[in-house]
Amino acid sequence: MSVVTFISHDGEKHEVPLEDGESLMQIGVSNMVPGIDGDCGGEAACGTCHVIVDDSWIDAVGRSTSVEEEMLAMNPEREPTSRLSCQMRMSEDCDGLVVRLPEFQM
Amino acid sequence: MVGASHAGVQVAASLRQEGWDGEVVVIGDEAALPYHRPPLSKAYLLGRSSREELAIRKTEFYAKQEIRLVRATVNRIDREAGCVVTSEGETLAYDGLALCTGGRARRLSLPGSDLPGIHYLRVFADVEAIRESAVPGRHAVIIGGGYIGLETAASLRALGLEVTVLEAAERVLERVTAPEVSAFYERVHREAGVVIRSRALVESLVGDLRVREAILAGGERIPADLVIVGVGLVPSVELAVDAGLEVEDGIVIDDHARTSDARIVAAGDCASHRMARYDRVVRLESVPSAAEQAKTAAATLCGRERPIASLPWFWSDQYDLKLQIAGLNTGYDEVVINGDPASDRDFSCYYLQRGRLIAADCVNRPRDFVWAKQALGKGLEVDREQLDVLVAT
Ligand SMILES: Cc1cc2nc3c(=O)[nH]c(=O)nc-3n(C[C@H](O)[C@H](O)[C@H](O)COP(=O)(O)OP(=O)(O)OC[C@H]3O[C@@H](n4cnc5c(N)ncnc54)[C@H](O)[C@@H]3O)c2cc1C
Ligand code: FES
Repeated sequence: MSVVTFISHDGEKHEVPLEDGESLMQIGVSNMVPGIDGDCGGEAACGTCHVIVDDSWIDAVGRSTSVEEEMLAMNPEREPTSRLSCQMRMSEDCDGLVVRLPEFQM
Repeated sequence: MVGASHAGVQVAASLRQEGWDGEVVVIGDEAALPYHRPPLSKAYLLGRSSREELAIRKTEFYAKQEIRLVRATVNRIDREAGCVVTSEGETLAYDGLALCTGGRARRLSLPGSDLPGIHYLRVFADVEAIRESAVPGRHAVIIGGGYIGLETAASLRALGLEVTVLEAAERVLERVTAPEVSAFYERVHREAGVVIRSRALVESLVGDLRVREAILAGGERIPADLVIVGVGLVPSVELAVDAGLEVEDGIVIDDHARTSDARIVAAGDCASHRMARYDRVVRLESVPSAAEQAKTAAATLCGRERPIASLPWFWSDQYDLKLQIAGLNTGYDEVVINGDPASDRDFSCYYLQRGRLIAADCVNRPRDFVWAKQALGKGLEVDREQLDVLVAT
């Protein structure tokens, strides 16, 4: 089974099954990962699905797109590998992906 | 939970997250799996998403979290016995009850308002019926220039219909935005070929087998192959009223989402929150506030403190325009505009009250929105001078 891991701000690990074709936000929400809200349902309108991609994964999943950049630019917890997880479509290639969660969602 | 939509599903999920280990039952009267409502006037109307794609959570989620979805209407709450009675005759006892009954589209009552071809827009079936008659070239009349009306206008235009928006007030979005923002939306709709008529009072709808025309006060006749009515929401508070709970427009809740009965919480469009920030009860109709109140409601049911804190915010998509709103602008006495709404497609409108920032409408300006949301959310005092500096840079 393919998995992705969310690491919450306090260091707690949540390893959850990867659903092919779903966004990382949907995967987080369906598995009730605390700290992923996804209030706008994936419209890149709310910024409540912010994740920080592990450095070792950023080249594989790619950096934030310009749409995400607009939402992330003013976020105080923004880091170079920040992404909006609703804009990250998951595939089997992402097996083992690790992302960190910010302390606060927007 | 009574009501299986944004609020009800969030209460259920948050109950599990908070560690509720008893039964969780969500009772809803719609047939579909609980779904995202905002896309109804956008992607779903455009035919760009399916029912399945709009599900808030998948079937497996409910099974895995042991959340029971019951399809029924709750007819009555018996507070003394601690149970609810459904239309199927089932009586369900509760230790805690969450009212998440939302609301329904306000109906028109005019001569002819029950003719076939007149639609509302709140549930799947409404949109499917609209889509069926949304044939390119036909005339659609939208009654009401609020967010839902304007979003629908944009979508129907994209589907190739001739669209007229009839707004009774001086301008579209009058209740919710500054004149500059209304003027902006009137302009972009006109540029897209939508006819916007303000101060247009519909007196009757006429037709034969189906609606054909809208007749305005003064006698003007507007051709209408289909009519979509977007004149607001009526909160579903009957259960609460019958049960003797305090209701003021919506079901009154405190910062802990508690109603006047300590065992009953409420969240979402049906709830009127007594907000310290605004010193009055506010009934919000938005997904973010439904989610926020629902999280608090769940915590309260689990005996934990998690006051409803976040700032109200909202979004609306029309054409290529993403409007994001932070805060409530009620009581503003001044606006500062960044950008040129008269000619551009991106700008921000900041609302001030007695020289202090209280809200912002940001069109295609997510950075401004995020900044305003953070500043307001943290309670920072931003005055006119600081804003001018920001706008200038
Ligand atoms: C077309 C449209 C576009 C929108 N766009 C946006 C947007 O862009 N952004 C945004 O933030 N918000 C938007 N909204 C508003 C948003 O959808 C609502 O704020 C949200 O749905 C509120 O959720 P709720 O759970 O409180 O209520 P509702 O969604 O109204 O759900 C209440 C549910 O309870 C059921 N129910 C009621 N009474 C009973 C009973 N007695 N027994 C059993 N079931 C019952 C109802 O049938 C319904 O399914 C939009 C709404 C519409 C209609
Ligand atoms: S879910 Fe709202 S921005 Fe990603």
